This record gives sequence, structure tokens and C-alpha cells, in this order.
Amino acid sequence: MKQFFAAVLLWLPLSVHAALNVFACEPEWGALAREIGGDDVKVYNATTAMQDPHRIEARPSLIAQTRRAGLLVCTGADLEVGWLPLLLRESGNAAVQPGRPGYFEAARHVPMLDKPARVDRSQGDVHAAGNPHIQTDPRNLARVGAALAQRLSEVDPAHAAAYQARWKDFSSRWETAITRWQQQAAPLKGMPVAVQHKSFSYLINWLGLREVATLEPKPGVEPSLGYLAEVAARLKTSPAKMVLRAAYQSPRASEWLAERADIPAVALPFTVGGAPGTDDLFGLFDVTLAELLKGAK
Amino acid sequence: MLRPTLLVAALAAAFPAVADADLDALRAELKEMKSSYEARIQSLEKRLQQAEAQPAATPAPADTAPATVAPAPQPETASNHFNPDISLILQGQYANLDDIEHRHITGFFPAGHDHVAERGFSLEHTELVMSASIDPYFSGYMNLALLDAEVSIEEAWFQTTGLGNGLTLRGGRFLSGLGYQNTQHPHAWDFADNNLMYRALFGEAYGNDGLQLKWVAPTELFMEFGAEAGRGANFPGTDRNKNGAGSTVLFGHLGGDVGVSHSWRAGVSYLQTRASDRDSEIDDLNDVAAETLFSGSSKAWIADFVWKWAPEGNATEQNFKFATEYFSRKEDGDLLCVDNTADGGACTDATDRYKATQSGFYAQGVYQFMPRWRTGYRYDRLDSGSVDFGLNNAFLPVTDYAPTRHSLMLDYSPSEFSRFRLQYSQDKSMESVSENQWFVQYIHSLGSHGAHSF
Repeated sequence: MKQFFAAVLLWLPLSVHAALNVFACEPEWGALAREIGGDDVKVYNATTAMQDPHRIEARPSLIAQTRRAGLLVCTGADLEVGWLPLLLRESGNAAVQPGRPGYFEAARHVPMLDKPARVDRSQGDVHAAGNPHIQTDPRNLARVGAALAQRLSEVDPAHAAAYQARWKDFSSRWETAITRWQQQAAPLKGMPVAVQHKSFSYLINWLGLREVATLEPKPGVEPSLGYLAEVAARLKTSPAKMVLRAAYQSPRASEWLAERADIPAVALPFTVGGAPGTDDLFGLFDVTLAELLKGAK
Repeated sequence: MLRPTLLVAALAAAFPAVADADLDALRAELKEMKSSYEARIQSLEKRLQQAEAQPAATPAPADTAPATVAPAPQPETASNHFNPDISLILQGQYANLDDIEHRHITGFFPAGHDHVAERGFSLEHTELVMSASIDPYFSGYMNLALLDAEVSIEEAWFQTTGLGNGLTLRGGRFLSGLGYQNTQHPHAWDFADNNLMYRALFGEAYGNDGLQLKWVAPTELFMEFGAEAGRGANFPGTDRNKNGAGSTVLFGHLGGDVGVSHSWRAGVSYLQTRASDRDSEIDDLNDVAAETLFSGSSKAWIADFVWKWAPEGNATEQNFKFATEYFSRKEDGDLLCVDNTADGGACTDATDRYKATQSGFYAQGVYQFMPRWRTGYRYDRLDSGSVDFGLNNAFLPVTDYAPTRHSLMLDYSPSEFSRFRLQYSQDKSMESVSENQWFVQYIHSLGSHGAHSF
């Protein structure tokens, strides 16, 4: 045991990398940190696009990575409330505790939608701060990116110039892309859609779609067959063009409804890695728009 | 929203004596209020529309974007401002059990804090939990277990958050970090009752008043090492009215992921404590209850292993959890068997050396086969091991009986805050008793329920 301790202690200096360890709670923030951080950061994604970010286990591997992190980049707005507090408590890493520069919440830097008038568990899995799925609007990524570039410079001042330069470069490419996406999405304006979970409020707001139905009776509550039949009946009077769901969600409910209403069920990548071709943020929105346009045909 | 007309009507009905003039004045005042509010709402709506339209219509050029678009940062949400997170856990059950007078595990001394289920309907401990950051350096946590005319402080501790370097220091009363299940409160158990191993070792779980120092290594493989020093007043130790530490615990855990779908944790722990006149009641060779007093050392090794599976790491639809723990305990000291010849017992107040090496394990698997529904199986087995009462061998039973139990459960969770459970157990923890046990249990949590550990 003693030798083992000694070995670990001797090995410590080696693990202090030149690159800043960034712990990204969700893949979109990992991708954003990689754009701005380049080779100066080493990004660890705590979750994948196939996982429900509300429901993650505080696994030992995540505690170990939190321990190593110099900067935590998370959505906030209570999205990670079921697991992040435990990682912070167990990691013994003072640098990434809330209130420290090493703790970054993306949702703080964007205007929030769907703020509930009433916060009560009878309303389902509601978030008092508003809908946390902010990454489905690319303009939010620009807002978060600006703040993140600032924060990276603060946490790792040695590379501040490089962070700002990469941010500037990314930001101009991003704004061009947003203009392109908005042009592509022009035919989608005003299109009525049904959503499985309130995952796409920001996307819907950005592109001017109309959300006419949600398949979950309350946020985070699985729809029963009876409730789905109700939604299907409602769609008869106010029809939707498609049913949207995120890649990690079970296709059952949306496909059942899509068949009833004779409209396409569209799985959107939701975040980086949620579909082939979504390895970075540009790919994420390219594929998202392609899927929406395909569904709208 | 105020409904002025309704309000006025109600007022009028309630105070018929109010003069018309007064009513008119009231009406006018309310009307004025209403119109002023409407004007303010309209202006707010207009501002909201403008705010919404602005970024959508004109995406700002790149370098000025942060200045024009970024709103004032909102407060971070990880904490609940100045209020502690409070949660209340409601638990109760219906148990169908045989009528057994002295429930015990054959071959083992009953552990002090053994909570035995009652027959029929009963309320289990209601847990009240509060936690919050104390200041930038500490956080605090409290867990009270409430039962009729009884409040026990299960945990009440502070912990450092600012030490860094993977170190955390905890002080106060806490559940020891040894083993796997030990830090879980009953509401987090996967079965309606405790496993036999923890019942034999600690009654419920090993809690202590003292200090815990824990270090997490800065490696990709999870490595955690901890040391605890405490009062050691709980079974298998006793309160000994002394300075210094009454018990010490050492533990180490390793853990990690295998691919994206599997994760695991394994650990080894060691508990060392002493007892002084530890009072236990067991049946002697004449089958008469005898009071025994043990003074000596108690040392236990525990090995634990947990493995979890969820397809693609997404536990929402399906997941599986396997957990097993093994212990080996050595006790060495003097045992006094209090004279009970008056009741027809065998003991004669003899004190002699007591030496015992006992072990046991449990293994359980819990499978969520569809959203909301889980089923699980648990196997318990203890080994009475080698027990030597010395002179008292003439009065006290030495057995080679191996207590076992099979448990099968099915639970349904309408949401992550509510759960109903049905459990069947075939309990052979007492020699020559094979009992069929049925439990129907509910566990509901109110308030900001904290995250559960792995």
C-alpha cells in the first residue's frame, strides 16, 4: 500500500498537463470549448448525445474527471441537478466549485424561455430558471461562446490571446453560417410541429416554427397511450407537419403518433454526435436543418 | 389576478352596512388600479416584443456580438440562494410476517440498532434532510430520522469544499465511507429491508461521530482513499468514555467505465474498534434468554463491487445494476454470561475468553426492464464461522448453521420522486425457521431531493 501511494504521488507532476483540462457536461459545450481552446485545452465530454442529460449517474469515472478539471462547462439552469452537485462534492476539486472561475454555466449568458409561472412537482420536471436546452438555437452558442472565451482567458491567462483569436475566427464563421441557415430555413417559417419533450423551444423560437403539441403530458413524464390518443385527436383540428424528438429519446411515442397523424417523425441530433455528420457544431445545425427540410417536404 | 367586480361584490355582501358612497369610491379606486396595471402590462409586453425581435432580425456582426447580445449574467443555479435544500422522505409499508418473538440471526450477536419490521401496516422512519453551502469553504448536511417520540440524528456534518488537490475533510456525525451500501439511507436501498450482512455487522449501517479525510487521485481511473477516526460508540464497538479515537476506518475505492455502456466500482475497507461490556441478549443452551457482556477488539474487512449497465449509457429506458459485498470479522476479548439460573438458564456469571471469526456476503441484481419498472433479486448468506466461548462453551450454543435468504422485488416509480415496491423473501436467517415474508412499501420524496450516489 505504501509503495503504491508513493508511486501515485511521484507520478503526480506528470499529470499536470500544459493543456487546460475542460470538463464539458454536455457535448455541445465540449465542441464549443474545442473551437475556442484548440490545442490549449483537453476536453472531456461527460455525456453523449445518446444520453438524457437530466438523468446521468454520478459515475466514478465522472468524479475522477471532475477532479482533474481546470474548468467545468455546464448548461446550468438545474439541468444537471441530479448528478453534478455530487461530482463537485466528491471530487475535492476547489477550482471548479460554484462561484469559482473554474465553474461556468452556459445558461447564465442567454435569455431563457419557458420560465414556469409555477414551480411545483405536480407540474412535472420543471426548471425554475427556464428551459435548459439552449443549444438548439445557434445564436445562443454565439452568446455562450463569447462568455466562454472570456472565461478561458481568465482561467488560463497564458493562452488568453490564442483563445480570443480562435473565438474571433470561430465567431465570424459562425455568424456567416447562421445567415446561411436562416436563409435555408425560410420555407420552415410558421410551420406547425409537435415535439416529444420540450427539447426544441429555442430552435422553434429561432426559426419561427409553431409548437402545436407536446407528447409528454408534463415535462419529463412519459406519455401514456391514452394521452397520446388525446394528442392525436387534437392534431386533427390543429395539424402539425412533423413530430420532433431528440436522438437520445425513445422513438416509440413519436412514431406511434406520427403513424396516427400520417406525418413524419423526425429525430434531430439535438447535440454534437447525435447523428452522422454532427462531429462539430456546424455539422449539428447543417444536419438539423437538412432533417427539418426533409420532413417538411 | 384580481377580479375587481367579484371583490367588490364579496365586500358588499360581507359588509351590507357599507354606504353606497363608500362603494362608489372603492369602485373608482379599483378601476384606476386596473387601468394603471393594464397600461403597465401593455408597455412591458411591447418591450418584450422588441427584445425578442431584435436579435432575431439582425444578427449582430461578429466582434460586437458579445457586447450587444449578451444579457446580464443570471445567477448561477447550482445553489438555492440562501435557503438550504430541504427534502422530506415519506416511507411506510405493509408487512406480512410470521409471529416470531425474538428475531435474530442464528450464530450472530444482535447488532444494537437493529430495526425489525413490524407486522401489518407501519410507518417507517420519516427522513428530513437539509443541506447547503455554509460559506465558500464549507458545506453542511443533516439527516434526521423521525419515528414516534423518537428523533435520531442519522447524520450531521460539515465538509470542506476549498481544500483542493482532491482532499476533503468531513467532521461531525456521518455514515462511514466503508463498503458500498453503508452510505445509503434506507430510502435509497433497492430492497424493502436491509441485507443480512449489514444487519449482522451494524444493525443498519455504520455511523460515527468523528473526522473523515478523503483523497481522490488525479487520474483517469477513479481512485479514492479515505481514513476515519471516530468515537466508535456504535455496534460492534461501544461508548468507552475516553479521549482519543474509539474506532478507525480505512477504505479505498477504484472505479471506471468499460466502453460507454458499462461502469464499475470496487473497494476494500477495514474497520477497527473496541467494545467494553457490550450488552447482547442471546439464547443459551437451555433456550433461555441470557445477557452477555463482551469486552475486546472487533476488526472487520469488507470488500465491495458494483457494476452497472445501461445501453449507450442511457439509463432512462433500461438498465441493470449488480452489487455484492463480502465481510470477515474477527472479535477477540472476554465474554461474561450473566447468571440466569433463576430463570432456568445455564449461565453462571462466568467470564472467559471469547474468540470469533465470522463472515458473510450478499449479492443482488436490479434490472429496469422498461421505464418506471424494475425487478430485482438478492441472495444473502452468512457463515457463523468459528466461535469459541471458552468456559462459556458449556452454557452458550455454538452453531455451524449458515443463515440464508432469497428476496425478489418488483418496484414501480411513477416519477423519480415516488416509488412503490412489492417484495417477497424466503428468510432462513434463524435456524429451523423458514419464513415467507411479503412487503408492500412506498417511498416518496418531497422537496429538492439531492442526487443519489453511484
